[in-house]
Amino acid sequence: MINFQGYGPRLLEGALVTVELALLSLVVAVVLGLLTASAKLSPNRLIHGIGTLYTTLIRGVPDLVLMLLLFYGGQIGINMVTDQLYYAFDIDIFINVNAFLSGVITIGLIFGAYMGETFRGAFQAVDEGQMEAARAYGMNPLMAFRRVRFPQMMRHALPGIGNNWMVLLKTTALVSIIGLSDMVRVAAEATKATHEPFLFMIPVAAIYLLIATLSEWGFARLAKRYSTGFGESSEWNN
Amino acid sequence: MEQLNAWFTDLLAGNAIFTANTLGFYWDGLVTTVQLVFLCLVLGIVLAVPLAIGRGSKRPWIKWPIYLYTYVFRGTPLLIQLYLVYYGVVFFDGIQDSIFWVVFKQAFYPALIAFTLNTAAYTTEIFHGAIKNTAKGEIEAARAYGMSKPLMMRRIILPSAFRRALPAYGNEVIFMLHASAVASVVTIMDLTGAASYVYARFYAPFAAFSFVAVIYLCLTFSIMFCFRKLEKRLLAHLRPRGA
Repeated sequence: MINFQGYGPRLLEGALVTVELALLSLVVAVVLGLLTASAKLSPNRLIHGIGTLYTTLIRGVPDLVLMLLLFYGGQIGINMVTDQLYYAFDIDIFINVNAFLSGVITIGLIFGAYMGETFRGAFQAVDEGQMEAARAYGMNPLMAFRRVRFPQMMRHALPGIGNNWMVLLKTTALVSIIGLSDMVRVAAEATKATHEPFLFMIPVAAIYLLIATLSEWGFARLAKRYSTGFGESSEWNN
Repeated sequence: MEQLNAWFTDLLAGNAIFTANTLGFYWDGLVTTVQLVFLCLVLGIVLAVPLAIGRGSKRPWIKWPIYLYTYVFRGTPLLIQLYLVYYGVVFFDGIQDSIFWVVFKQAFYPALIAFTLNTAAYTTEIFHGAIKNTAKGEIEAARAYGMSKPLMMRRIILPSAFRRALPAYGNEVIFMLHASAVASVVTIMDLTGAASYVYARFYAPFAAFSFVAVIYLCLTFSIMFCFRKLEKRLLAHLRPRGA
């Protein structure tokens, strides 16, 4: 019972895949989100348009469809490019799309759009006078961003980042459909083999709940840290 | 009509994938998706209204079980909930011998149950938040009129809470439309299921999935448009004058 009919170690490995996948895609999403927010705040209309198109398209299409499109379509797209390379320049390479990597890229790409919206709002919420003051102190733009704009922006962005992270965590379950051995896939395989859905699915659900609860606690602490000087962390409410 | 038909045939003549046959698949998928999402949303609201009222109750044995329910269903992936219902439904004793089996041996109803439970959990929290944010003055005024608690709930709190919940509920509707794509995993031929079939049949992932992405995009925009209109109508009294 306790070793899950021999599936215990694989379930544990699957849990590790889920956590790694979620954390790596979070990094991709945050970087993409910052880029998107800058694009949407850019005075250049072309860059602004690209940012808006990206967030609108991604947020209008189901995660699963995007995942299938990028995973299956991406492989064919890469093959077409490498074929062209072969015909044109006689360069013979073969790139096989790795399921884990494509999972990270896809989830990062999807949540980059959501993060972009979060960061855009947060950047706009920082008072312009703060940056003027930083400039008056003689800070260069990089230092002003690091010491003044970023920390204050984070106070406004944290609740949104927290929500996005919770949704992202649950979205990782979808990679089991495109063949990645995360814990949902292991549990689904085990269920099909043993016909005991409750034995496998409930522990997996419990792990998701555990991660969600831990991250909620972590975000509450971060919120406290970033609202130093603003009294109670009133912005954080689930 | 004949002209339209000829134009249509011309349009489709150029490619091998989007024949009338595969478009029929997409159409059936669209119908299934819309049915599934619409039914689960309606059932979800029916469940969520009493749950949201109970969630704000002072009695712990009413409040905490509801909180636990929403916490669990909002904290775990819909895919797992779907698997649990889909594979778990046979474990109810005697269901395979009862008349219900005719219903439950198809994948549609287990999926509907899982989706309903999921959306009801989110909707409960949305309504609960809206009820909690009712202006104190509205309640005081209702009490001053001598309204009983149920009457106050029905005439004052719920109508104003529904209005305030509208934008968040619009997001939930779109979220549910997108989440319903996982139904294709348990053999339901919804939109995504149709696209997967076309992909497998022609090995044309790009065409198959981008076409379905466009359909989802149109659905999303229509829902957004409807909710904008509805908000404009129902929240008209909150807009500044002459704006």
